[in-house]
Amino acid sequence: MQGAGPAVCLGNDIDTDLIIAGRYLRTKDRSVWAEHVFEDLDPTLAPRLSGAVIVAGRNMGCGSSREQAVVALREAGVVAVVAESFARIFFRNAVNVGLPVIEASVACTDGARVAFDLDSGWVEVDGRRYPARALSEKMVAILRAGGLVPYWRSSR
Amino acid sequence: MSTLSEAILGAPAGSYVDREVDIAFAHDGTGVLTREALREMGVEHLPHPDRLRLIFDHIVPANTGTTATLQAELREYARVFGIALSDAGCGICHQVMSEGVVRPGMVVVGADSHTCTLGAFGAFATGVGATDMAAIWASGETWFRVPETIGIDLSGRLSGAAEPKDVALAYVAALGMEGATYRALEFVGDGAATISMDGRLTLSNMAVETGAKTGIFYADSVTVRYLAEHGVTASPQVPEDSCYERTVAIDLDDIVPLVAVPHRVDTVREAEEVAGTHLDQVFVGTCTNGRYEDLARFARIVRGKKVAVRTLVFPASRAVLARAIATGVLAEIVDAGCVVGSPGCGPCLGAHAGVLGEGEVCLSTANRNFKNRMGVGGEIYLSSVATAAASALAGEITVPEVA
Repeated sequence: MQGAGPAVCLGNDIDTDLIIAGRYLRTKDRSVWAEHVFEDLDPTLAPRLSGAVIVAGRNMGCGSSREQAVVALREAGVVAVVAESFARIFFRNAVNVGLPVIEASVACTDGARVAFDLDSGWVEVDGRRYPARALSEKMVAILRAGGLVPYWRSSR
Repeated sequence: MSTLSEAILGAPAGSYVDREVDIAFAHDGTGVLTREALREMGVEHLPHPDRLRLIFDHIVPANTGTTATLQAELREYARVFGIALSDAGCGICHQVMSEGVVRPGMVVVGADSHTCTLGAFGAFATGVGATDMAAIWASGETWFRVPETIGIDLSGRLSGAAEPKDVALAYVAALGMEGATYRALEFVGDGAATISMDGRLTLSNMAVETGAKTGIFYADSVTVRYLAEHGVTASPQVPEDSCYERTVAIDLDDIVPLVAVPHRVDTVREAEEVAGTHLDQVFVGTCTNGRYEDLARFARIVRGKKVAVRTLVFPASRAVLARAIATGVLAEIVDAGCVVGSPGCGPCLGAHAGVLGEGEVCLSTANRNFKNRMGVGGEIYLSSVATAAASALAGEITVPEVA
């Protein structure tokens, strides 16, 4: 599984309230979450996410289990999220909605070209290659299927 | 020697296991997406509806027509599929599950990050997302990576104005917001036995604020007695000489009232250091501190006095509310000038009932003080119930004299 896009750099401990605020959760309209993604962190971020790779620091996606956070990123067009470490529910949620998550420690500059190959286990930022932590077989299978719903449908 | 997580999941730390779950619940927030995922998966039959629960707690009663419609759809889903529903007013999911549902040794999953609360019963209890929950409802099982465990070794006994919430803030500060990511916390030591079930639920509740999967106590005589009061027969678990990744020692005698300051839960100060901070709102409740002992503690401090600032009290469940009414605790809270809300999460997540305005400062007994969580531009300090009570009376952060 491969992909690439320009980097959007974020810091440590980005909580899911900052990704999508509690006041926007009560809907099934996924475009609402994409529209308001990161609104309380930096309102200029949302329009820059389409085709981008988010590169965060430690503990990405901590806090609430709200799956709207990962759906918001996916619907906004985020290609993948790279972080030094992830909060575990966010990590599982991302895989379940088909959003690649890559645990790697990389130096980030906004707009740098980020490429990744999950099968070979690496991330490149402006041509510099970093090792990525391997996912479990099951997680890879779910991601490859495009998320847990299509994985379920194809395995039944 | 196994940790309790290893013993319950039946495999050593680091292994991946598929495990049948004993209880799987969602709430009015996450349940909407669980139902959507089940629909997209084409699931028309749930194998174990008796193990499933839907609990309306996040925005109850509904605040808008949209919320009401989403809740009505979930209500209908529960009816059609035979899932037990705890509707608006029953209480917070973790509290409802703590009132005679969860038992020692169970594997419990909830579509809410604070499901770790239920580790207080010696269960492996952890939060999952909505789509994971859909697959669990459809199959009855899920996969886990068996966590490594960090021991929280409690010694001594709480004294003065310190209470279990202060211990929770102390271990969160010691570990940091990602100090236990992918791991379990096990609360052990002689000090653990001195903490009541309500207090243990507070301690387990905040495990996720360190990134942990669960915060687990061994079931002992305190657990067995509590469950017996809720009509459940249980046996104690015998602690093994477990091998922990590391151990954090906390002497309960050393604990003093603490406050987490904006906007990080692991930025913790002694209450004395932030005393005098002006407050616009005090909030007592949530899955951290909305239990009967919390309400009784609050009432003891405000009894016969008047609060000096807008103070909201949300009982964690109908059972808590009913007991507070029966014992006169609720009347003392109302007489002190507090606003009493319906059982549920209340203003914790900033979606209704007690949202903060720009620049407003709230002292809350909840577990998260993330930027803007309770309202854009609002600031959240987190404390114990006793600190909240003393502060409500003064209108500013105040060190309590008694717990």
